[in-house]
Amino acid sequence: MPNIFFLVMRRMRVPLILLVVVYAVSVLGFVLIPGRDDSGVPYVMDFFHAIYFVSYMGSTIGFGELPYAFTGAQRLWTLFTIYATVIAWLYCIGTLIALVQSPMFRAAVTRHGFTRQVARIREPFHIICGYGDTGQALVRALADSGNHCVVVEKSVDRVNELELELAVLPFPVPGLAADAADTQALLDAGLRSPFCNGVIAITRDDQVNLKVAIASKLLNRDIKVYCRAESHDTGANMASFDTDHVIHPYDIFSEYLSSALSTPSFYLLEQWLSSPPGTPLVEPVFPPSGKWLLCGFGRFGKAVHEKLLAHGLPVTVIAEDFHGAEPPEGSVIDTGTEADVLQAAGIDEAAGVIAGTDHDVNNLSIIMTARQVKHELFCIARQERTSNDHIFEAAGIDLVSNHSRLIAGALLSLINTPLTADFLRLASQQPEEWSRLLICRLVGCVDEDTPSTWVMTLRPERTPAVMALFADGVTLKLHHLMRNPENRKKRLPCVALLLQRGRERILLPDEDAALEAHDRILFAGDPRIKRRMVNVTTSPYLLDYLITGANRPRGTLLRWLRNDPAPSSGDSDRP
Amino acid sequence: MHSERVIFAFFILLALTLNFGFFIGDMTNPDHHNVFELFAAVVVSIIATVLKFGDKSHVGTMLLASSLVADLQLIAACIVWGVAVYGLEQPLSDHAMASIVSLSGGALLANVVSVVLLAVETSVHRR
Repeated sequence: MPNIFFLVMRRMRVPLILLVVVYAVSVLGFVLIPGRDDSGVPYVMDFFHAIYFVSYMGSTIGFGELPYAFTGAQRLWTLFTIYATVIAWLYCIGTLIALVQSPMFRAAVTRHGFTRQVARIREPFHIICGYGDTGQALVRALADSGNHCVVVEKSVDRVNELELELAVLPFPVPGLAADAADTQALLDAGLRSPFCNGVIAITRDDQVNLKVAIASKLLNRDIKVYCRAESHDTGANMASFDTDHVIHPYDIFSEYLSSALSTPSFYLLEQWLSSPPGTPLVEPVFPPSGKWLLCGFGRFGKAVHEKLLAHGLPVTVIAEDFHGAEPPEGSVIDTGTEADVLQAAGIDEAAGVIAGTDHDVNNLSIIMTARQVKHELFCIARQERTSNDHIFEAAGIDLVSNHSRLIAGALLSLINTPLTADFLRLASQQPEEWSRLLICRLVGCVDEDTPSTWVMTLRPERTPAVMALFADGVTLKLHHLMRNPENRKKRLPCVALLLQRGRERILLPDEDAALEAHDRILFAGDPRIKRRMVNVTTSPYLLDYLITGANRPRGTLLRWLRNDPAPSSGDSDRP
Repeated sequence: MHSERVIFAFFILLALTLNFGFFIGDMTNPDHHNVFELFAAVVVSIIATVLKFGDKSHVGTMLLASSLVADLQLIAACIVWGVAVYGLEQPLSDHAMASIVSLSGGALLANVVSVVLLAVETSVHRR
């Protein structure tokens, strides 16, 4: 606000001075010019009447000539002052209107509104730099899972898009149209706020992301910084100053492809656990082992090519531009959108085709041509723009690599459940059979959507009832928490994936294991279960029932009658 | 030479001198206090205030504050005059005249502060 106030004051200086001068001269004129009263006696207007007359004359109210009818000289002066005051007023109001409409003023007002909106967030939030397709998907997913965020985006159009999006978000997400490389924009977005948990730099420009990462790390040591890096050099640079997570968009997909080829069950597990909430459970697809045709040899193509070769699969590359790399042996130089080119590259003996150019329409064209030449073909396409979702869906492609969605998914699991990353790291070292069994258990827990994950931390402020039990020396076993509070003989449909105790991480903990204070448990299962579990950990009665099977009286009178001591937890019982 | 500073210093000083001219004389004697001088003092003081609008520097805000005080005192003096003569419809009493002059005396003090601040700023910002 002070900025806007000073801006208005500065701009209004000249018009206001003009107004004061015009009024002063007019008043002075009326005081000096002699008049005549009703009886013709000479009379001089005093300051009081002069100010009164000029005030209503200047605002064109016009009460007439007061206190006596004017003389010719007075009328002449009135004529002059009417025009002078009207012009001064017009100048004043015109300047004010021009100021209000000026882009600078509007930017100052918007900026002010934005900072106030950010200051009003009283819960942990993340700053998201860049509101492209990725940003949009991420904001939506974060907001749905109850995380506040603030957006800084260069393009005004995209910020307007965010405003439209607000209708479907559970709480307001402030958006600022500014270059994220401008540190002031980051500060306005709440970089130094005690509620700021992290900065996510996902603009398309590596240099901007780098600048955001440096600025964030320098200005607030306590926050986490997540960065998108197109090139590995920038990624290494970011990692060199402790950027918490660097995400290479092209590597995510090639890693997935690699795990889908070698360990399909683990791949499925990874997909489920890192998909945003509400993703429908679909029939898993597994890429075949055989000869592959790879169209496009940019960063995506190179990353995929490397992984396919690492699996010992033969690959024929079709590309027009090899982006500085040496064309691999047997490469065909063309876009690959025509049947004869695909045939020349050996589509007849290929098991699958990967359309990995940076052009959505070309990728679709490659897939459709390939399908016409050979029907039995596993198709993978790279999708650049989320607005093309419908056509990619209609094309019936087996696997679509949508960077925006992949980055958003990866970031979401990092932010929401950092334990998931630990779990996946440990799980990747397990045999394929282990993953397959876990998949079977998870399938039993969910109906239509992929399993969601949540973390339960046994701490006084989160789980008061559990802590009270520990204080009494009662043993709480993991399976107690996983029982249905309505009927303890039934189990809640969920799986305990990981138990974190200090530095130790136990994969698929034994359900008979006794829990300790400060344990963190990662669960996966039906999203509706989470709420019920949280209820249990705050209610001493429910916990008591789950452990002993006894329904203890809650009222003081009944308790006294049965000679039953009050439950040890002093905390409220929230049903 | 900085024209903005010259103009501002001119108005601040003029406000002080006009104010002083009005203030000096016998407290209760209306003949010693010219109404035109009061009018000019008010106008010049308001202009000096508007000139300091939007100055974000520390001394600038102090000057704005002191000249706002002067405006307030002078306008109060004018209102007292108007009410005493036209509101009560009586000839100007000694009591009212003393109020008017003492109010303008307060404004005089504020104007002196302005000039001192201006002098301090000028001496600090020597090149």
